[in-house]
Amino acid sequence: MTRETTAKARLSIDGWVTAGALTIGVFYAMLTAARTEDPLMSVHAYIFAGAFILGIFGIIKAYYDSSERREKEPTDAPVEYNLDVIKAGVIASVFWGIAGFLAGDTLAFQLAYPDLNFDVSFFNFGRLRPLHTSAVIFAFGGNVLIATSFYVVQRTCKARMPGDFAPWFVFWGYQLFIVIAATGYLMGITQSKEYAEPEWYADIWLTIVWVVYLFVFLGTLWKRREPHIYVANWFYLAFIATVAMLHIINNLTVPVSWTSTKSYILFAGVQDALVQWWYGHNAVGFFLTAGFLGIMYYFVPKRAGRPVYSYRLSIVHFWSLIFMYIWAGPHHLHYTALPDWAQTLGMTFSIMLWMPSWGGMINGLMTLSGAWDKLRTDPVLRMLVVSIAFYGMSTFEGPVMAIKAVNSLSHYTDWTIGHVHSGALGWVAFVSFGALYCMVPWLWNRTQLYSLKLVSYHFWIATFGILLYITSMWVSGILQGLMWRAYDDLGFLEYSFVETVEAMNPFYWIRAIGGAFFLVGSFIMAYNLWRTARGDVRVEDRLLAPENVPSPVAAE
Amino acid sequence: MIKHEIFEKNSIVLLIGILIVVSIGGLIEIAPLFYLESTIEKVKGMRPYSPLELAGRNIYIREGCTSCHSQMIRSLRDEVERYGPYSLAAESMYDHPFVWGSKRTGPDLARVGGKYSDEWHTEHLLNPRGIVPESIMPGYPFLLETPLRYKDMKDHLISNRMVGVPYTDEMIETAIEDVRAQVDPDADTDGLLTRYPKAQVRDFDGNPAVLSEMDALIAYLQMLGTLVDFSAYKADGPNLR
Repeated sequence: MTRETTAKARLSIDGWVTAGALTIGVFYAMLTAARTEDPLMSVHAYIFAGAFILGIFGIIKAYYDSSERREKEPTDAPVEYNLDVIKAGVIASVFWGIAGFLAGDTLAFQLAYPDLNFDVSFFNFGRLRPLHTSAVIFAFGGNVLIATSFYVVQRTCKARMPGDFAPWFVFWGYQLFIVIAATGYLMGITQSKEYAEPEWYADIWLTIVWVVYLFVFLGTLWKRREPHIYVANWFYLAFIATVAMLHIINNLTVPVSWTSTKSYILFAGVQDALVQWWYGHNAVGFFLTAGFLGIMYYFVPKRAGRPVYSYRLSIVHFWSLIFMYIWAGPHHLHYTALPDWAQTLGMTFSIMLWMPSWGGMINGLMTLSGAWDKLRTDPVLRMLVVSIAFYGMSTFEGPVMAIKAVNSLSHYTDWTIGHVHSGALGWVAFVSFGALYCMVPWLWNRTQLYSLKLVSYHFWIATFGILLYITSMWVSGILQGLMWRAYDDLGFLEYSFVETVEAMNPFYWIRAIGGAFFLVGSFIMAYNLWRTARGDVRVEDRLLAPENVPSPVAAE
Repeated sequence: MIKHEIFEKNSIVLLIGILIVVSIGGLIEIAPLFYLESTIEKVKGMRPYSPLELAGRNIYIREGCTSCHSQMIRSLRDEVERYGPYSLAAESMYDHPFVWGSKRTGPDLARVGGKYSDEWHTEHLLNPRGIVPESIMPGYPFLLETPLRYKDMKDHLISNRMVGVPYTDEMIETAIEDVRAQVDPDADTDGLLTRYPKAQVRDFDGNPAVLSEMDALIAYLQMLGTLVDFSAYKADGPNLR
């Protein structure tokens, strides 16, 4: 093994490119800050400029630290995976997760006790709501997806990610997008399109970051030493490519000027509505489903120590899922001014979508064949499996709610909110927690987690919170839907709107308390992962430690 | 039969396969909305927003009102009885973006225009529970204190024209005057009313000294659902409902 260190090798090509681009970025941001008459734009221009300058410093530092860098790996050497950026992704995931859950629970308490809005612009429900949704979906979910995809693609390709700076650019560029989006919401910068609230310049920035992400991912696939691309990577690739398509088309917009935060969306009214929900539902389908199915297809077999149940089912599951999801958007627009044919088409595909979804669930659950006993002893696996169960439940509930007759009752009510959270908390968050519990010991080279008992506490506390959340929202949603359409004996509407609001109050309290349980669980996880990374192991009774549990044979 | 191996062994083939498969649904569902003429009903009375209404709409968007208020009355009996005629596609044809909303924590606002007085709206936005004790809406006292920024109103209209809203050169030229004229009962409003028929001209927030964000927001709320002349609308079509 030879180590060549030449002056030329001190900074790789992507380092030079990144440094050059960031320098141009600094000048452009400063120019914008100087020219804009919009005070909010100057705030964002300064944030961009500051972040770019930090990025340049980072590259300069890497340049001087790089004497140890190896120019070329001999092909027979063991792969040196790029793990540092994944560690950063894990830390960011936990941080943004807690921030997003906290924002969500704050909103829940605001609905139960409205004085908590304090009637201050940046703390009002309307501005905090996109902060919550973006923080949990894009900041927490997105960081989990970036971190796990970087891990999975390297391991399953037996190849290091290309570039020294490109993966870091993806990571830090994505964090910058989150900061711009979040500070923007609090200042009132929003397009108001759900889950696509960031304004035009943040969208352009995200597009740049995303394209680099796609190339880092593809580049790793190109370097692979395995003949086949593993199934988890199909899902990650579909997630990255489709989200790029959705993001670009849904955010086509004309800025008021190059120095204004405000823009006007290209599409209008009914067309904009369908483009938005084509985007919105596939943010669920490709960001929160396809990406996290990638996690399922790697981490569940790995943790269970069993191969994926059916290879053929994986193929059918993959293609049918990505084909059908795209059609489902119109079920968000039943009985609206959207043409009836589009509603019916959307409903039909939404119902059909039940099948590929459950195909995936079966493939995940049945992977445990022969390893079901581990559910008793391994709370991490339990978390992963329960996440798949929640996936199955919410992908059954979804098609039901997409039926026009059901939707006429459920739409505009809390039932939708409950449905989203059974998927978001039960599926997305739980499968993420499971992946984080798996990855932290692997990344920090620890033999085991600090405490499996704490994982178990996290599991039960969070599950209890989810149950409070979704049951209260079922009741409040169906109750309010029925109250809206109730008629009295004389044929008049029975309830005024505000009476239906009043009826929601107890359920808003229950939901807020459920959310608090979930939040507490995430703090327990953060503590557990931090101690694990430090290398601590908690002494606890052997009930939960898998190696100490007698196997059924030995017990006889 | 094609072996799935082709996709598993070639990332570009896999990527292209994915892009084709995920494009089909969107193309078939969305593209027709742009060329099927019956998607948007033919109605009388729709016009682009007056500059003040547009500014108010931007505040509505900024404060996230869409999180809790829909502007889309569905074609269901109870909704029509509660809120008025079901919303037409034509009524949001100049909305960039649409603000139909997806949740009714508060009531639908598609036809709230003219239902309450300006004083009611001002008081209610200042302190919702002062008017409706059971309300869970946040208060927006800062709107009354914040002067409306409308220096770049022309640019706003120009951007709207670029995305298809039929603002004329004259409308763009007079954008800033029109903002001022709409809150000034003493102004000469003939031009404004020719450009924007049915525009409501008055001081909306009870404080003529300041052209506030509250003025703009209430001007927007008071015109919601008031444009289309339903006596001239034929529900039987041609439309796709």
